[in-house]
Amino acid sequence: MTTRARAGLPAGPPPGSMPTYLGMPAFPDAARKAVADSQLRRNLTHATTAIRVKRAGAIGELGDFQELRAAAKAIKDHALAHLDTYLARFEDNVTRAGGHVHWARDADEANAIVRRLVWQAGADKAVKVKSMATQETGLNEALAEVGIRVTETDLAELIVQLGHDRPSHILVPAIHKNRSEIREIFRREMPDAPPGLTDDPPELAAAARRHLRDRFLTATVGISGANFAIADTGSLVVVESEGNGRMCLTLPQTLISVVGIEKILPSWRDLEVFLALLPRSSTAERMNPYTTIWSGAAPGDGPQDVHVVLIDNGRTATLADRTGRQALRCIRCSACLNVCPVYERAGGHAYGSPYPGPIGAIISPQLRGAGSPVDASLPFASSLCGACYEVCPVAINIPEALVYLRSQSPKHRAERAAFSAAASVLGSPRLLAAAQRAAGAGRFLVGRKGRIRRLPPPLSAWTDTRDAPQPPAESFRSWWARTRQPAASDETSRAGQEAQ
Amino acid sequence: MRIGLFVTCLTDTLFPETGKAVVTVLERLGHQVEFPAGQACCGQMHFNTGYRREAAAMVPGFARAFGDYEAIVTPSASCGAMVREYYPVLAQPDQALAADVAALVPRVHDLATLLVDVLGVEEVGAHFPHRVTYHPTCHSLRMMHVGEAPYRLLRKVGGIELVDLPDAEICCGFGGTFSVKNPDVSAAMCTDKVAAVRQTSAEVLCAGDDSCLMHIGGALSRMRTGVRVMHLAQILAASDGTAASQGAAQ
Repeated sequence: MTTRARAGLPAGPPPGSMPTYLGMPAFPDAARKAVADSQLRRNLTHATTAIRVKRAGAIGELGDFQELRAAAKAIKDHALAHLDTYLARFEDNVTRAGGHVHWARDADEANAIVRRLVWQAGADKAVKVKSMATQETGLNEALAEVGIRVTETDLAELIVQLGHDRPSHILVPAIHKNRSEIREIFRREMPDAPPGLTDDPPELAAAARRHLRDRFLTATVGISGANFAIADTGSLVVVESEGNGRMCLTLPQTLISVVGIEKILPSWRDLEVFLALLPRSSTAERMNPYTTIWSGAAPGDGPQDVHVVLIDNGRTATLADRTGRQALRCIRCSACLNVCPVYERAGGHAYGSPYPGPIGAIISPQLRGAGSPVDASLPFASSLCGACYEVCPVAINIPEALVYLRSQSPKHRAERAAFSAAASVLGSPRLLAAAQRAAGAGRFLVGRKGRIRRLPPPLSAWTDTRDAPQPPAESFRSWWARTRQPAASDETSRAGQEAQ
Repeated sequence: MRIGLFVTCLTDTLFPETGKAVVTVLERLGHQVEFPAGQACCGQMHFNTGYRREAAAMVPGFARAFGDYEAIVTPSASCGAMVREYYPVLAQPDQALAADVAALVPRVHDLATLLVDVLGVEEVGAHFPHRVTYHPTCHSLRMMHVGEAPYRLLRKVGGIELVDLPDAEICCGFGGTFSVKNPDVSAAMCTDKVAAVRQTSAEVLCAGDDSCLMHIGGALSRMRTGVRVMHLAQILAASDGTAASQGAAQ
């Protein structure tokens, strides 16, 4: 049953799927292992701390971050509210410019389209630009099943691919690996790795460069995603740092781009706002080194066979939700991951999705539905500290969305009963006062010297690592009634009953 | 000014000294503080855990209890933020209630901002000769926007030795039911907060919210660090001669 159905809402469009992420454990279980992994903790703390400081500097240089942020939010909200218009316009303009647009409802449809296009190009291999949409659809795995070999060309994605691993960060997929671990992966999995390879970053990058060079030059099919799709001009935009993207997007004869329908921007001018925000928010650069923009096919220049696969995969269902839809504004900058204290300790894999961190906690359960253990647990994988909302360049109120998704998520019967009972007590001044008196009277049963060392489950989850306070002999309420109000206790209970 | 004290159910039940301290400080400054006995819980725990209906049931009682006050003060930025940010949303279906809530919300203040921004006071006549570090809680920073107000108050406390907390703005890992639903990550966050507190060599960790203090204080106590936690109100209430006993309160 879907979240919507459970919440008694009319059945909306179907959720999407992420086939390679089936059967992931609930967040707290995965996080328990991650928290105990010393290497992972060290790598993550090191990397996120560095980027956090750099981003704060890069954003601090902007005098008008709040205005840019408001503009980005407004542009995205407008585009999302008029997706029907802008998607159709985008398709018209791509087609007019000699490209082809394909529509995919879900991951399977998108993968099938790409498979067919690769076959039509007569290829059995492809080079790939880092792309979140194809991580979502599990494209590499789907193509491998039919013997099409895809090479990831982004350095971090290559590390993940060679390591038979999964990405753990949106921008830095191999953030969980340090350089000596990367050296080991290269020595083990890269046949052309130079003998005597050290863990010096320039040497590692040079090895990857040599490894990829021949693949770039011989590839006939390139596969990408896109950061933005511009309706007015039918253009796709890829923003990157390494230049591998430029190679994939310009050298092959056939170019296939898988793009989420929420990537649409109405006009060329809108890019101004996003190209100011995205690099500073993600890599903390004023401007990213490579921005590639293309509109259909240009005769005699670059790929001649240009395809765009527009994918829904749960986005329409998300758009239908008044509170949840703000997640579709996301431009995948990763700023929220880098400031998140939960992400920093649990790592990306615990989120069971290509979208980890705070944004993943609200995107994944919406795109996939909250039916699996991991998706049901994700909205709770946050202390609601709000650091994510503060840095988000498109002002996604992640805490608000998390709390909303919690209200939509299925509850265990025992928990529901406990919260229902608690609500009756906490909501009534009279019952609350009675409970306080009982706790005050029984205080010596549970604690000594002002603290409680051990409580029964589920509260043992607290006392496993933290003492709990012993209830005081007298609550504030009864102190006030005793010392400030002559007709004390009567008035307390009268006011209490009034409030019933 | 006639001020209504929204003490919060947690402080009421487990940390009454904080509530008493708020009363002491405001009365010392010549204000009339009242505790409307019709108040109960604001519903934040329910709301944040996904029990929206149960939380919504708390709104009318709050509006009745506090409707008449010029200012409403709370020693919990978190509960204050619940009222300010989410009561308007929860009250929406009931037009009369929504109007009451809309009128009331701008009058809800965290103790520090009530003192500094509304009453224009920084020096509250406190004396507390101890080494203190201050943890700015997430909701005080990012929802109630208290900014520098707590620091300005603490700096004016007589005899205090105020030291900066490293990585102060990182969450302590409490997060309400997060602390038991995700105990491992919560404890890992708390451990780092405790390490930062230990780096300061402070005797006292101060914050503006008993819930976060219960969390960090629970770990400080479990690890036998000898660091005690105090609510900002308790330090502001401490005066020459009472500082020692106030210090032992929590």
